[in-house]
Amino acid sequence: MKHRLLGLLAVFSLGVVCWSAPNVSDSIKTIRAVGSEGQGNAAAAQALKKLAQADAAAIPAILNAMNGANPLAANWLRAAVDTIAAREKKLPLKGLNQFLANKANNPRARRLAFELIQGTAPDAAEKLIPTMLNDPSVELRRDAVQRVIVTAMELQNNKKDKLAAGEYRKALDAARDIDQIKTITTRLRQLKQEVDLPRHFGFLMHWHVIGPFDNTERAGFNTAFPPETEVKLDAVYKGKAGDVKWIPFVTADEYGKVDINKAYPGLIKEVTAYAYTTYDAAAARDVELRLGCKNAYKVWVNGKLVFGRDEYHRGTRIDHYRLNASFKKGRNTILIKLCQNEQMQNWTKEWEFQIRVCDPTGTAILASNRPRTPAKGTDNN
Amino acid sequence: MKITFAITLAFTIITASADWPQFRGPNGNGISADALPTKLDKENLKWAADMPGRGLSGVIVVGDRVLLTCSSGPRQHRLHVVCLDAKDGSVRWHRQFWATGRTMCHSKTSVAGPTPCSDGKYIYANYSSNDLVCLDIDGNLQWLRGLTLDYTNVSNSLGMAASLVVSGNVLVVPVENDSESYTIGIDKHTGRNLWKLNRPKAANWTTPTLLPGGFKGRDLVALQSSKGVAAVDLKTGVSVWNFGNGASTTSSSAVYDGTLYVPSNGITALQPRSDGKAPDQIWQSGRLQPSTASPIVLGKHVFTVNRAGVLTAGSRETGEREWQLRLKGPFSSTPVAAGKHLYCVNEVGLLQAVDTTAKEGEITGKLDLDDQILATPAIANGAIYLRSNTKVYKVAK
Repeated sequence: MKHRLLGLLAVFSLGVVCWSAPNVSDSIKTIRAVGSEGQGNAAAAQALKKLAQADAAAIPAILNAMNGANPLAANWLRAAVDTIAAREKKLPLKGLNQFLANKANNPRARRLAFELIQGTAPDAAEKLIPTMLNDPSVELRRDAVQRVIVTAMELQNNKKDKLAAGEYRKALDAARDIDQIKTITTRLRQLKQEVDLPRHFGFLMHWHVIGPFDNTERAGFNTAFPPETEVKLDAVYKGKAGDVKWIPFVTADEYGKVDINKAYPGLIKEVTAYAYTTYDAAAARDVELRLGCKNAYKVWVNGKLVFGRDEYHRGTRIDHYRLNASFKKGRNTILIKLCQNEQMQNWTKEWEFQIRVCDPTGTAILASNRPRTPAKGTDNN
Repeated sequence: MKITFAITLAFTIITASADWPQFRGPNGNGISADALPTKLDKENLKWAADMPGRGLSGVIVVGDRVLLTCSSGPRQHRLHVVCLDAKDGSVRWHRQFWATGRTMCHSKTSVAGPTPCSDGKYIYANYSSNDLVCLDIDGNLQWLRGLTLDYTNVSNSLGMAASLVVSGNVLVVPVENDSESYTIGIDKHTGRNLWKLNRPKAANWTTPTLLPGGFKGRDLVALQSSKGVAAVDLKTGVSVWNFGNGASTTSSSAVYDGTLYVPSNGITALQPRSDGKAPDQIWQSGRLQPSTASPIVLGKHVFTVNRAGVLTAGSRETGEREWQLRLKGPFSSTPVAAGKHLYCVNEVGLLQAVDTTAKEGEITGKLDLDDQILATPAIANGAIYLRSNTKVYKVAK
């Protein structure tokens, strides 16, 4: 809603900002209308031709138009900015700085503004970096975090451990990229500092799991076993090889990996399990569920299917899937279906996932009922 | 004299075009009419250009423009199309886009995996994120698509790498994977779908092969997958024939003189029929084993190179293995050819020229670029262009 409002404001303000290019607002409107399966491409191509002829003064307005634009339209608009910036010798630094300074603007557009400033006035851009440590743009924040890491490393190299730890802690609080977080964590631990990574990321650590249900010939992915219609933690169902019931399961993995194999020891294949947890939200809000998983999966929030994918053992990483969901105030339920296929190679043993709740920057949103990060997890129970 | 004539004849199925507009060149067979140095020396390295990101997509060449894709950023979500001047490697233009699809891929590959293609006027580039862009040769955006936005389960967590081909008005876009698996025929002018085929639900990194005039004068495109090869009408996507004996999902078919050499049970040579029925199998040889690299047909031979670096020459007519030559591997890229020489670059950047007419093949030159090279080279304007993870190299006389 906020972005939509910004987008409208952007379009209304064009007449003032881009008085030298009367076609700009029409062109932007056309470009913002592009949709799925190539809808609007032909009109957008014509609009881009006109828009790309605008002078450099139009760049802030085009950046503004990225607010609330769909990702395809944002790329079209970016193409206009790139074309103009490559052609024009003098860029509107004042307008770019103003656009960058407004943290409500589209994070990627702000990063683009920063890079344009960097190309024109590198010294000014350098001075801006330290101010971006907690910026909503993860890319802008990254540069600032790196500065702090470098400072901390210098302090550590000079045996100023206490000061170094303070700087690393500052960097960790701001860091959202996994490579930086891993670097900082290693350094903090060298300095005997505790790091609660599950809390930093917002991984969900406490679950109930049930299974195994059947997944012969991968048919289980599209079979609705009882947990998909009801979650009763005291229920007993018929599973693949006998009765199955919900069991509590806690992971202590610092990257939140829930290893289903630990609940059902032995190499079992062609099976399906479910994991269930609750999340108490302080207020209703949109969240990102960020999932890492190399098994076929489905995710439900409050009984509503969010997403599913039937791919097995192709690879995974933290934040592999970014799923949008809405939490209501109070108790929310999260149900994950996790399928294991028939492959028997060593690298197909994994039957696990990791999931966290965060905002679009990757900042953890912790549940009000979040227990302390467990020191020990469930193993072979 | 007779021998010379025979050799000349054997190498006549080559293109007169100096461009290299797609994966494996103008006819998708990896062969160029250009003359390249065969001895290879540091003197032959004309320039090296740093790229703004990573990638293993191949370079294409249109006129004096050398074009390629890259990706950058901590999550490889920034997509680049870069145009270099063939003369000196300077950047003529550079465009960026934000990935709209997932950028997860294996660390050895890259979001810039598929090789772009061109019809001479426009450049079509796709990425593992299934973002698809069309630019004119001066870098002006014509249209774009986000195929994972359109079809939310189009992705491959190892990374997509099948390359585009364009012919007539149709851009063929393979996005085949374990889940929502398609090959799409797209109007090259607008980016809208002309047809969309459901394809086997299995990861697939092979590039389609064009079969011009393949059935009643209509152009076909051969789509390879784990199931085999399906030839469909380029304009409509309607199936014309099917070969169902299975095929590689990494190494792509080569076409030469109307025969399709399919990485299937080794190599299977197929002769498409004019009546649209299943193609005739000419031969099948389990002794020709392509690995990641695709086969190439040159002169009287079909060549395969395995990961370890063994180059195997088989008879084009019978499939019988004729000779083997140990190159220094390992290889991910596909050999390309100029004249009677194959040019093979291994994963650590050692370019090796092989005289294919020597009795058992002969390495005539080596050039060590000492860089990670997984991309198939391009040959144009008397030069071979090699793309490493971070650079582009021009090698010429």
